[in-house]
Amino acid sequence: MSPVMPSDFDPRNAEPEDFVSPGLPVDEANTTGRFPDADPEQIPDPAVVEVPADLREQIQAIVDKYPDRDHKGSPKSAAIPVLWIIQRRYGWCTPEGIVQAACVMQVTPAYLESVASFYDLLRTSPQGEHQVLVCTNIACWMRGGDELLDSFCEKTGADREAAGHGGALSEDGNILVSGFECLGACDLAPMASVDERYFGPLENADAGTIVDQLEAGEEVLPGKALEKRGLAGGVAESTDPRVTEGQGPNQ
Amino acid sequence: MSESNGTSKVTETRVLLRHAEDPKMATLAGYESYGGYQVLKKALKEIDPEWIVNELEESGLRGRGGAGFSMGKKVSFLPRTEEAKYLCCNADESEPGAFKDRELMQRNPHQLIEGIIISSFAAGIEHAFIFIRGEYDDQADILDRAVEEAYGAGYLGKNILGSGFDLELVVHRGAGAYICGEETALLDALEGKRGNPRLKPPFPAVQGLYGGPTLINNVETLSNVSHIVANGADWFKSFGTEQSPGTKVVSVSGCVKRPGNYEVELGVSLRDLIYGLAGGPLDGREITAFYPGGSSSPVLTPAEMDLPYSFEAMAEAGSMLGSGSIIVADDSVSIPHMALRTAKFYRHESCGKCTPCREGTNWTEKMLQRVVRGEATPMDLDIISSVQDNIMGHCLCVLGDAMAMPVSSMVTKFRDEFEEVIASEAAKAWNTALDGPDSPGRDENANGDEPGPGGTSPEEIRRERLAGRAIPSGGAS
Ligand SMILES: Cc1cc2nc3c(=O)[nH]c(=O)nc-3n(C[C@H](O)[C@H](O)[C@H](O)COP(=O)(O)O)c2cc1C
Ligand code: SF4
Ligand code: FES
Repeated sequence: MSPVMPSDFDPRNAEPEDFVSPGLPVDEANTTGRFPDADPEQIPDPAVVEVPADLREQIQAIVDKYPDRDHKGSPKSAAIPVLWIIQRRYGWCTPEGIVQAACVMQVTPAYLESVASFYDLLRTSPQGEHQVLVCTNIACWMRGGDELLDSFCEKTGADREAAGHGGALSEDGNILVSGFECLGACDLAPMASVDERYFGPLENADAGTIVDQLEAGEEVLPGKALEKRGLAGGVAESTDPRVTEGQGPNQ
Repeated sequence: MSESNGTSKVTETRVLLRHAEDPKMATLAGYESYGGYQVLKKALKEIDPEWIVNELEESGLRGRGGAGFSMGKKVSFLPRTEEAKYLCCNADESEPGAFKDRELMQRNPHQLIEGIIISSFAAGIEHAFIFIRGEYDDQADILDRAVEEAYGAGYLGKNILGSGFDLELVVHRGAGAYICGEETALLDALEGKRGNPRLKPPFPAVQGLYGGPTLINNVETLSNVSHIVANGADWFKSFGTEQSPGTKVVSVSGCVKRPGNYEVELGVSLRDLIYGLAGGPLDGREITAFYPGGSSSPVLTPAEMDLPYSFEAMAEAGSMLGSGSIIVADDSVSIPHMALRTAKFYRHESCGKCTPCREGTNWTEKMLQRVVRGEATPMDLDIISSVQDNIMGHCLCVLGDAMAMPVSSMVTKFRDEFEEVIASEAAKAWNTALDGPDSPGRDENANGDEPGPGGTSPEEIRRERLAGRAIPSGGAS
């Protein structure tokens, strides 16, 4: 293939290889030689791609929740929730899972890949059975978030440098440890999200306990779960007449 | 609980968080037992949507997501046409320091849903979405359940309570990107794209989701709606100050004894919030600085502790109330390191669309790294400040400004501390060069060693304090 586009070049008739410039490095995540998303030929053919029936149903149910093209909407709206389904099912956004989702949604796999690669929580590589996200943002850092991340890395053998830059797997590959930006729980600082549930405030020693509990399949630190916490100001009876004599909710 | 510093006992004014400690409140039955959905029933039957729009505007309710724009005005901007219109509730809550929406959704999801239904009814909207950050999995599950309950009770869906009004409500989970909180990026994310901000105008009220007129409001803003419709604008204005009416759920975090969400009337003093409710600094510590409105607000100092906490007072002090999140730093926190953390966050979250933000956040982080390593010169501090000036006002969305404002405030107000860190780190580096790599000054984690020749830096004090804190009680040697 010549590196210069011929004047009669028509992307619709081209082969995928025509999009790859010879000799240039290619970002695999975004350009695996596929066509741009509008190109109908690249949408996986339902006759060819096998999609488990329950998965198809789940995806279709999500797509149906959003306004369709007749209401100015688009099935693409379901992209993030559908990728969540794929990640929950296969552990991460696997290429096969993405093709299956693309097939049901009738969009290209490349489109879903580009969405997945944008968002921190969607993973385009294996992520282990358990995920530990340790907040190292301002409030948690002030209260020991970095040291907590150190402790998780020491306990699991995950690489500290990599854990601070997007995540690292434990030595046995079962636990993903990742430093994270503010998780919206600075009142628990320093805190961590363990398999999508919040825990804090954590001592460094809690890292060891959490990892042991995950490995034993036990409930993680029940005493430090966010859902068990009361309001910071405790139970407070209102005496303000504007509040007690008001109408509507919370009366 | 007695306060050691002489502040009088301060109490919260709970409207949104009233009875929130009762776990029942998160269920439909519980919410209804406290008077929930009564206003909705009344509104659908006998209230003119125009009256609601007017009352919201009259109440002076200002957006609780950051910008503080009048909620009622925003509703009134939507065209009164039959075309498809949308409501998006912004539950992305990703700004460092903010965690109030989490508490509101977790403890009282139906208050939000009722607010969404009434707002949609007022604006003639038939499709509503709650865009919740993906990390809030627990809260999204709670919302999913609550929405299902509301459908079951006939508060959502077709022909709600026989009124002829239809509304679909979808809980949409994001997947980890701060920029999706910016309203136009949120729209892109909802449309299933990578979340990149759009050029404004057109504003979302004219052309938003799927190109239709769209109302975007924060969780707390919408949670206030049914209270205002039930009690009227004058009732709402009896709370707070003239320009900042109502109550506010304030997230206080960092170096305080009792971090958490406290609901107060706008206009209470910062001292009441930080010392009275949040318990003040840890024993033996002193507050040195605080962000009054999340990590994107310029920092204030203890000299400003007696200011009222309102939109206008914070603006006058050169900062902002923003989302209502106070992060407190004490004398164990190194301000240059705090500036670096702040810059790092915004560098990581910049979507990269505009050059001043993409390059500016990157450069600022790198230069602050040089500061804390002692590789910078005091002149570099001027360069940092001028980079911030060049970011402000030159970007598509305000993420760039959100870094520039706090960083530049720290460099200006704590310049001495920046210069000290440069000098002490540089001295350490020199000693290392002279004495070899085993010089005690080099190892940050060294225990029991003499303080480095440059003196003990605040960062070291912080580490020492932490080392003390991390020893389980009774196990200290
Ligand atoms: C970078 C950036 C992040 C934002 N994040 C949030 C957020 O997480 N939650 C929120 O309610 N508003 C956020 N906003 C503000 C929104 O753009 C918008 O102003 C707000 O949702 C409007 O609602 P309100 O008027 O009720 O405050 C953010 C703005 C920017 C520029
Ligand atoms: S200011 Fe930053 S985050 Fe906002 S659009 Fe520009 S590059 Fe993206
Ligand atoms: S800083 Fe850690 S949760 Fe906000």
